Amino acid sequence: MSSQFRSSFEPGTVPSITIEPVNARLSQELRELWQSRELFYFLAWRDMKTRYAQAAIGAGWAIIQPLLTTIIFTVVFSYWARIPSDGLPYPIFAYAAILPWTLFARSLERSTLSVVSEGGLIKKVYFPRLIIPMVSTFINLVDFAIGFAILIIMMMWYQIWPTWGIVTLPFFVAMAVMTSLSVSLWLSAINVKYRDVASVVPLLTQLWMFASPVLYPSSIVPERLQSLYALNPMAGVIEGFRWALLGKQPPNWFMVMMSLCVVSALFLAGAVFFKRVERNFADII
Amino acid sequence: MTDIAVKVEGLSKRYHLGSTHRRFGSWFSRSIGSLVGSAVPSADCPSIWALRDVSFEIPKGEVFGVIGTNGSGKSTLLKILSRVTKPTKGRAIINGRFCGLLEVGTGFHPELTGRDNIYMSGAILGMKRREIDRKFDEIVAFAEVAEFIDTPVKHYSSGMYVRLGFSVLAHMDPDILIVDEVLAVGDVRFQKKCMGKMEDVGQHGRTVILVSHDMPAITRLCKRALLLNRGEVVKEGPAYEVVNEYLYMGYIKPVCEWPSQEESPGDEVVRMRAVRARTDQGVVTEGFDIRKPIAVEMEYDVIKQGHSPVAQFSFHNEEDAMIFMANDRDPQWYRRPRPVGRYISTAWIPGNLLSEGVLTVGAGIMSEDPFRLHCDVPRVIGFRVHESGSGETARGDFTGRWPGAVRPLLKWSTEYTPC
Repeated sequence: MSSQFRSSFEPGTVPSITIEPVNARLSQELRELWQSRELFYFLAWRDMKTRYAQAAIGAGWAIIQPLLTTIIFTVVFSYWARIPSDGLPYPIFAYAAILPWTLFARSLERSTLSVVSEGGLIKKVYFPRLIIPMVSTFINLVDFAIGFAILIIMMMWYQIWPTWGIVTLPFFVAMAVMTSLSVSLWLSAINVKYRDVASVVPLLTQLWMFASPVLYPSSIVPERLQSLYALNPMAGVIEGFRWALLGKQPPNWFMVMMSLCVVSALFLAGAVFFKRVERNFADII
Repeated sequence: MTDIAVKVEGLSKRYHLGSTHRRFGSWFSRSIGSLVGSAVPSADCPSIWALRDVSFEIPKGEVFGVIGTNGSGKSTLLKILSRVTKPTKGRAIINGRFCGLLEVGTGFHPELTGRDNIYMSGAILGMKRREIDRKFDEIVAFAEVAEFIDTPVKHYSSGMYVRLGFSVLAHMDPDILIVDEVLAVGDVRFQKKCMGKMEDVGQHGRTVILVSHDMPAITRLCKRALLLNRGEVVKEGPAYEVVNEYLYMGYIKPVCEWPSQEESPGDEVVRMRAVRARTDQGVVTEGFDIRKPIAVEMEYDVIKQGHSPVAQFSFHNEEDAMIFMANDRDPQWYRRPRPVGRYISTAWIPGNLLSEGVLTVGAGIMSEDPFRLHCDVPRVIGFRVHESGSGETARGDFTGRWPGAVRPLLKWSTEYTPC
């Protein structure tokens, strides 16, 4: 079969598009995605402007949520349950994990619902649909950045100075975003047809959090379960994030590499799956 | 370089009915299965062809109309052309930068201001930021919302909202513009402004695909049109011919009857029971020869004495403009109170008066002095007037388009002076 969109956007020529039942080649799709970067920017800008519209505290929620969670975790898991924290003060130990975790979990929840909530647009106008879960994922980096400022203040308070490991920080942040996007590509597409997904996601993120070293260090996970544990990409991300900033316990690099492989595979498969089902989005939303 | 802007070949679209409740397992495995390349056709649920084997071509710079009743496949066609949904079979080739807009105000967010929404909507429709910057003032001026441009659109009146939506659309600069029903926005004055803008767009060499139920708009703006019915092409050709066909094939019939007196239109004085169009031979028919007289009759019951109700007909052309009106002036009954009973009043339209095309008839019964309207039924019947081409008409042997609301065969005289 021939490709679906034979686009030629070279200057001077008139673009010609062929609309056919089959999907386009990946290279064409990627080019279209690139050409829509301005739309990506506008959608992100819209989400930013409207997210905290009519909220008195506004962006303050980006700080209050992880801070409150940290306080609760500190009281419950450190004072009462006496969970170890790799020799770090528990509040900063927890906050340094809650921050990337919140980035991941919020992205996943928002992004999963994104395709359905943009149904109005999808039914009315064409643009590369992949933009939608991408915007809902990347937008959370703003909240993350605000929360990160608090983390820096906490580090100064506890007088913890970062080591050279901090240069790997962007890698771990990118991993968190990619992990979230990989999963939400699947979930957002399935959610179009089966809204059950929307109910499953909060449950999923909750369970996933307990399977990740957010409240506890991964060193307390029994040896024989470690390789299974490594299948969870967020385990590597959180350990790595904590190490990059606070030093102390270096991550299990085997675990990190393993996570990278899992995420890459999940992302590629997710993108292909999304592309496969997106052509019916407008018909079944 | 081709002169064809849009070329559609055998385009078909099938929708599955009730497929949403199919089991997750089978859907998921089918989706995965076709990833690997084995697209399994699903025959396990009922389906409907919303579009079947539609083919047409639109040359560059033409305003092309698409008409049809609700559910005829117009919207599906537009959805495919604007790439919102994919066809099941066939293909379409679009040469040029195009923009599909199926609704006014696409991409508007209620919390954003008018200013922000212009950018948002523009970006969604494929405009570049710099392009929007350049046209911003024009868009605002056209929409007449300058004072509210920094107010969130959720506080806009619905009129302001659609005006702004249309304005963004109208200032796009695509080679091919796809518009659905946007003409029906705002008040009458703004609608006129919209129409003017659409005509402008058409005259600037851009290709426009216009979907509307507004027949006068289609005949006025479009050169050619396409008529769809149940997903199939019924007719494609000059817009006025296609509009004729549409009006003709629709619900328009040369006869309308009310079998029960209780349910018939009217009041305690008089009840309308039937309206018919007949030839001079007395045959009820939809098609009339332009040269022959047409008898339009109304059957009605007078059920209360002491009134002088008269039948009234009004005749409208395809653009819904009234050609003329006629009240019963039969000298035998005029100004006289009518006794109780059944009446049939017939108005005779002479031959060689009406234009070719479809006429709709509105029927009413009134008392004129003192004035009282007993009933009024718009578009009660309709019929078509056609030219046989025999030459004894105003048209003569001329075969081109012959405009005009009426087409009387006038008496002509000649004074000749040889030199």
